[in-house]
Order: sequence, then structure tokens, then C-alpha cells
Amino acid sequence: MGHRRLVATLVFLGVLALVGGSVAARPLEEGTSAPCACSVSANDVPDDGGGAISVSWDLATTDASPSVTRFEILRYATGEEPVSIGEVLSTNTDFQDVNADGGTIYQYIVRTHTRDGFIDSVPSDAALATAQWFAHGRAPSLIALILVCGSIIFFIIRAKGGAELFIRKIPGLDAVDDAVGRATEMGRPVLYVPGIETVSEVGTLAALTILGHVAKKVAQHGTPLLVPTADPIVMTTAQEIVKQAYAEVGQSDRFDPSSVFYLTYDQFGYTAGVDGIMVRERPEAVFLLGYFAAESLILAETAHEIGAIQISGTKETSQLPFFVAACDYTLIGEEIFAASSYLSHEPIMLGSLKGQDLIKIGIVYLIVTLVIAGSIGYAISPDGTSTLSRAVEAAALWLTGS
Amino acid sequence: MKRSVPLIITFLTGFFLVVAFFVPHEPFGELEQRLLVWFAIVSGFTMLLGIDNLIRSHARRIARTNTGWGHSIVLLMGLVVTVVVGVIGFSRLGSPFHIHSPFMFVYTHVIVPLQGTMFALLAFFIASASYRAFRARNTVATLLLISALIVMLGRIPIGAAISDFFPAAQEWIMDVPQLAAKRGIQIGAALGAVSMSLRIILGIERSYLS
Repeated sequence: MGHRRLVATLVFLGVLALVGGSVAARPLEEGTSAPCACSVSANDVPDDGGGAISVSWDLATTDASPSVTRFEILRYATGEEPVSIGEVLSTNTDFQDVNADGGTIYQYIVRTHTRDGFIDSVPSDAALATAQWFAHGRAPSLIALILVCGSIIFFIIRAKGGAELFIRKIPGLDAVDDAVGRATEMGRPVLYVPGIETVSEVGTLAALTILGHVAKKVAQHGTPLLVPTADPIVMTTAQEIVKQAYAEVGQSDRFDPSSVFYLTYDQFGYTAGVDGIMVRERPEAVFLLGYFAAESLILAETAHEIGAIQISGTKETSQLPFFVAACDYTLIGEEIFAASSYLSHEPIMLGSLKGQDLIKIGIVYLIVTLVIAGSIGYAISPDGTSTLSRAVEAAALWLTGS
Repeated sequence: MKRSVPLIITFLTGFFLVVAFFVPHEPFGELEQRLLVWFAIVSGFTMLLGIDNLIRSHARRIARTNTGWGHSIVLLMGLVVTVVVGVIGFSRLGSPFHIHSPFMFVYTHVIVPLQGTMFALLAFFIASASYRAFRARNTVATLLLISALIVMLGRIPIGAAISDFFPAAQEWIMDVPQLAAKRGIQIGAALGAVSMSLRIILGIERSYLS
């Protein structure tokens, strides 16, 4: 008896689903109050490598229209039947077809689904996906790149020609020798922490270039060096850098491969490991250079508690306040990238620093000019309709690539 | 030769990646994505190097009975146990990341609480570092102390209850001087990164090469 009831229920539910399904898939008649996607346009996506067409539409509704449940996008090439290529939510009025063939001309239909059925739009104009040879939206970046590279190369050439270049003092870098010297006097090791990221992070690269200079000092003084790493690629690179540094000062036999070692990729596992090393080995100098996140203060404070001299540096503005508060010396932002040039004292390297300084001055002038022009424009016409305000707004939009 | 080959590879890779940023057309368009896949493959294999290094250094420490050699035993046991439970989860449930696998049990009940414990230490370190940083030793430190007090009071209900000045002042501090300084540092850091990248691409910066 129970079995029959179950079968009857299933049959009833099946019939209900079929009826419901046929209602949902039913095309609505033209001229009804059904909402409809209109003004469907299809255009090649600009500044891409081809294969993408952007479809957009407007939604025409009346007060009596039933609500839209979703949009379905159909695509067809000449002589083909429309095929569904995707769906979007009822709140969207655009879609990107990323699977268009480069040489095929397509037209698109947007099918508007409601609870009562669906209605198709008028087909869009024909569109062809093409690849561009230049991303026009990145023109400001190209100009900036040319200016930056041009300025840096100009000063490198000047430096090669023997020009005297003045570089301001960076206390954090001047303290490197003192820190290593103090560790040597105390007979304690130097701990170098190159951050938690891999070599694709530019901050890690900067940290590795500074490691070479620190390793040379350490090798000259015969001070033990510890380099715990959070990434195997950083570990192998750091091992080679330290080995090379020892070789350059004629101390190859003193190089201990186990001084550069891998701990773990896990952020807080690495933090716990480095903290443990600090507490057990009691390094006299701790270098925290590279990419750091939430662990920055934990490491810096532990180093402070063991009485070590701390030299830190990162480009992460969210972590800089922690380093400034907890460490003896902090390399702020660009200083970490300047460190290698500063420490090497090579004219060519210093030339690159002068080049970036010139661009920085240019940026400051540009910001001040735009602020003054914008303020004058606001004074002339507070609603932003003056020619000056519009010019400033256009310049700002162009510079940000909007 | 030992140095010139890596320098040539570095120059060509850097140059073509810069070109790819501005030229979306084939063959440049997908160059960055393709190189990222290569990087992922290489970094996957280097993980073996990392594990090898980890095992060797801790095995050496145990063999020499160095200070803290007991910790090394715990670490190696943890490594072995994690691998074993991962293999068990894979063989029994098809994936070590299955919700009922022993690997996920270890992850949820050992690794996550340990991570949370380390992160929680941050609260105490913030207190001790703030105490040192906020001591009014000179004008700059005094300014730091005053702004920190205003920001802290402006961000908690009691600040608004005392005076409307605190929420408004903290908003101004965060939106004007703080943001200006932050953006200044970011512009400088971005230029520094470009400069360093250029030095590496042109082969001027070689300290990362052995």
C-alpha cells in the first residue's frame, strides 16, 4: 500500500515538473507586457589578444511586466542556428563571450526569461573578434615607463662618464656595518630573515641583493650567519648568494651550507620557527628585510626582547608602522630597493637612484600643478564646469587609465 | 659564460614581459600567464628541495644532539605523520582534502589552532611596541602619541560620547596626513621597484647571481 502511494506521488511530481517546465520554456507572444532586452549591441573587446566579444543590452519593462529571472545569450554565425553560450543574472545587462573564433562574424540574441516564459531580442549587429597590437588603455603607462627608464639610463651614462652623484645618507644602511661588528664582538650570530614571499615578489629580490652585502661583511669578520627561509626557491638563491659572498672575500672554506635553510611555507609556522631561533641562538643583529605581513611585529618584538640590534625594511605600508615602532632602524619603502646601490657605492648603481629621484621630483611637480589648477578651477566655478576643472579631471582620468 | 648566460636569459625574459604588457596580440598576449605556469611547475619541484633540506638539517641536529634536538624529533615525526595521514585519506576517500579524511582532522585540530595561537600573540606584542613608541621622548614621538590617542578615541563609541571632535578628527587624520604619507611611500616604492627591475634586466644589478 505504502509502495503504491510512493509511486503515485512520484508520478504526480513528475507530471507537475513537466507542466512547470513547459510553462517556463514557453515563448511569450510579441506585444505582451513581458520585459525584453532591447538595443542589443555586440562589439570586439578592445586592447585584447582576440577571441572576445562584449555583448550589452538595455532592459525594457513596464509596471505590469513580470520580473526577469535571468538572461540567456545565444550566438550564431551566418547560416547557423543560434546556440546558447551562457547565462547571466537578471541584475546584469552585459556579457563577455570569450570563446569567439577570430575569423568568424557573429550575431547575438539575448533571451529574457521570466516565470511565465521567455522572449527573444532582435539580433545584434554583426561583430568580429580581433586582436590588437597595442593596448591603447596602457598608453600612460608606456609614457611613464619611457620617462622613468630614460631618466635612469641618462644618469647611469652620466655616472659612467665620471660625474659626481650625491646620495643622501640612509641611517639604516649605514648601521649594517655596526650591527655586524657588534655581533662579531659579542661572539653571537647574525640572523637574516628575507620575508615570507617567493622570488617573484620584488621586495624579496631586494632583500636577496642586500643579503649579498651582509654576507660579505659576515664572512670578513668570521661571524656566524643564519638565514631561515619560507620558500625553497628563496633558499636555493640565498645559498648561492651567501656562497658567492664568502668566495669573493676569500673565505670559501668558512661557508656553511646549512646556515641557509628552509623552515616552512606556512606564515605562522615560519614565524614560530624564526622566533624559536631568536630565543635559542640569541643573535646580536637581526635583519628583517623583504615582504612581511602580520608576522612583522611578532618577529620585531621578539628580536627586541632578546636585545638584538634590528634593521628592518619593507615596501608594505601596512607593516611599516610596526617596524618603525619596534626596530632600531627601518628602511622605508624605496630605501630597501636603494640599499644594494647605496651599499655597493658603484657609480652606475648610484646613477639609477638619481634617475628615479628625478622622476619623483617630476611627480611632485605634477601633483602640485594639478592641485593648484584644480583649486583655481573650483574657485572659478564650484560646480566643476569651468574649462580648467574639466582639463584637470580629463588629465587625472587619463593618468589613471580610466 | 657562467654569468653571461643567466644575464642574457634575464634580459630577454624581462624585455619580452614588458613588451607583452603593451602588446596583447599573439605571441606576446599570453606570455605572462605561460611563464607563471612555468614558475608554478619549477616552484613545485623546488618544494622537494625544501623538504630535503628540512630533513637533512634536523637529522643532523638529532645525530649531533645539538641544543633542542628533541624539537627536531617532534618536527620529523610531524612531517611523517602528516604524509601518512595524507596518503591514508587519498587511498580511502579519494582525496586527502576530503572533509572526513584524517589529514583534514590534523589540519583542523592541530595546524589551525597553532596558527591561531601565533596570531593571537600579536595582541600582546602590539601593546608592548605601542608602549615604547608612544613614550613622549621628543616632539615627533609626542605628535605620534597625540594622533594615536585621537584616532583610538575617534574609533570607539566612548570617543563620540565625549565629543564629536574625536570621530571627525580621526577621520581627518586618516584621510589627509596618513593617506598622503602612505601614497608618498607607495609612489617612492613603485619607482624604486621599477629602478631595481631595470638594473636587473640591464645586468647592472648582479648580486643575486652566484
